[in-house]
Amino acid sequence: MSTTTTELVKQARMRHRGRWAAVTAILAVLAAALCCAMLLLGNTIYPVRDVLAVLLGEEVKGATFAVRTIRLPRMLAGLFAGFAFGVSGYVFQTMLRNPLANPNVIGITAGSSAAAVFCIIVLGAGKAATSTAAVIAGLLTVLVIYGLARGRSFSIGRMILVGIGIQAMCNSAITYLLLIAQEHSLPAAVRWLTGSLNGVRMEELAVLLVSCLVLTPVIVLLGRPLQLLELGEQAATSLGVRTDRTRVALVVSAVVLSAVATAVTGPIAAVAFLAGPIAVRLAGTARANVIPAGLVGAALVLAADLAGQFAFPWKFPVGILTGIIGAPYLLYLIVRMNRKGEL
Amino acid sequence: MVSSFMERGRIYPKTFFPVLLLFLALLLLGVIASILFGARSLSLQEVLGGLFSGGELYESSVVQKRIVRTVFALCCGAALGIAGALMQSVTRNPLADPAILGVNNGAAFFVVCGVAFFQMNTAREYIWFALAGALLTAMFVLGIGSMGRGGASPLKLVLAGAATSAALSSLVTAVLIPRLNAMEEFRFWQAGSVGAGTWDSFYLLLPFLVVGTIAAVISAPALNALALGDETATGLGVRTAFLRYVAALAGVILCGATTAVAGPIGFVGLLSAHVIRALIGPDLRYLIPMSALAGAVILTVSDVAGRLIGRPGELEVGVLTAFIGAPLLIILAVKAKVRAT
Repeated sequence: MSTTTTELVKQARMRHRGRWAAVTAILAVLAAALCCAMLLLGNTIYPVRDVLAVLLGEEVKGATFAVRTIRLPRMLAGLFAGFAFGVSGYVFQTMLRNPLANPNVIGITAGSSAAAVFCIIVLGAGKAATSTAAVIAGLLTVLVIYGLARGRSFSIGRMILVGIGIQAMCNSAITYLLLIAQEHSLPAAVRWLTGSLNGVRMEELAVLLVSCLVLTPVIVLLGRPLQLLELGEQAATSLGVRTDRTRVALVVSAVVLSAVATAVTGPIAAVAFLAGPIAVRLAGTARANVIPAGLVGAALVLAADLAGQFAFPWKFPVGILTGIIGAPYLLYLIVRMNRKGEL
Repeated sequence: MVSSFMERGRIYPKTFFPVLLLFLALLLLGVIASILFGARSLSLQEVLGGLFSGGELYESSVVQKRIVRTVFALCCGAALGIAGALMQSVTRNPLADPAILGVNNGAAFFVVCGVAFFQMNTAREYIWFALAGALLTAMFVLGIGSMGRGGASPLKLVLAGAATSAALSSLVTAVLIPRLNAMEEFRFWQAGSVGAGTWDSFYLLLPFLVVGTIAAVISAPALNALALGDETATGLGVRTAFLRYVAALAGVILCGATTAVAGPIGFVGLLSAHVIRALIGPDLRYLIPMSALAGAVILTVSDVAGRLIGRPGELEVGVLTAFIGAPLLIILAVKAKVRAT
């Protein structure tokens, strides 16, 4: 009978944490299942035994090439790029307290993509150099957008407008680079303007994998301060968050993640923008949703790529499908924010 | 009533004549450059020889082609310039431009569908599709952008336009991918280019250009009154709702028809209307014709630049205008009064 307020709060908190853990586990299982599907499905469907054998390093006639050279890199690229986009989108959206503020909409991925195109197609640079350039371009884009948006008073609306302008410039620069490099084909254009997993090779993935494995723990550790930042500058400061330092660490990590992913797959449309809100809706806000957002991002990319490969008579690159899913949600969000007078 | 009120003292903006001369001179230079330069640049003698040789020389056909192209670029640029001035005035929004509002992509999507699903293959057939697409998209974006408190703010309109553009361009690519080979030409169109212009496409554009321009010029004095606010305009005898429909429709017709024949070319309207407004002020009776002139200059010069930069091929003019125009969008965004957060 002694249900005091403290205990009620405690119970509710336990319940929320339980839900968070359950949702995270389910998302992990879903992502893993989609990974298996990516390995198993294809023009030829090899038995599970053969696929496992190939993964363990044995040679199986036919299956080795298909799985090791085509499907495994594609799966890993989808998994890690999706994860990276999801995490970086969530970090931006939470820190700036606005779902529209994410690397896709404010043009950071477009900046990284332009740099990657320049390195790969024009300079013929290696993977590490390309990723570095994409990261530098991403950080520069953030600095430029932030600097321009600060003006007399910082406003997210202004930041988004500036970002749309930057994106238009980067996209026309990409089109120009593709033209002078004689790579002016639709697949190349799709990859660098909307994102695609076609033709990803194993050796391109190292930088992305390492970045994800190093930076995800960093962002998870910053998850608590991130949640406090969401309460606003003053609240966070009075709760002991060193806001400037935390913010810089979070922005740099998030930009690096989205940039290295962009260098491999191009800016897969709308994933960074969709993953965060979906994760929050599913898992609640008991803890920072860094991991859930990453998993949602990975699941989105893998599912969209599977659908793009097998659901239609033609193969569609993943960015086209995520773009078609993402844009109506963006419109819905704009309508909702307009109604509430938040824009 | 309105016009007599406005015209009582026909005082030209102070800078009107110098600016007019400046842009006419630029236009002349642009036209000459457009005929001289290209994948293979010609000298003046070669051009004159080609013009008066009666079509036997190699230069002659090149010159003919470049003349068509130049005339075509001038008309498209003028149409886009007027459309920009009209849209900015009707929506009272400095950022209104066919590309930013997604109207170009709407026209593009309808054209792609017409080509892919209804076996259309000439501009004559799909120009109506382009117009319908432009109109529907404009209505959609303006509808979403003016929801909620405060009506259509720049931020709301641009965001609604950007989201709609993103959706439509994904759909365009999705329709294109299964038809990769048949769509090579279409892809060229999609990037926005005046290089494919012929006399046929010119004649196709002409009626829309004329209708749109007449509507724009007629509604200019009333639009001036509208700029003073709805109440004042009503007091001056303007039927505000009707005026808005007419002016917006004229703007959409101009940019829709241009998109149908030349592909989506962005930011020309934004650039020309802003440059001219900065130079001669906001009076639409002068702004509209001068914006047409500036649009023609911008598009012609960009087209020449695209040919020179992209040699031996060419850079589509739409890519170039986006690159020049986007910084203006950024500057306007930095200056705009956006609600602080």
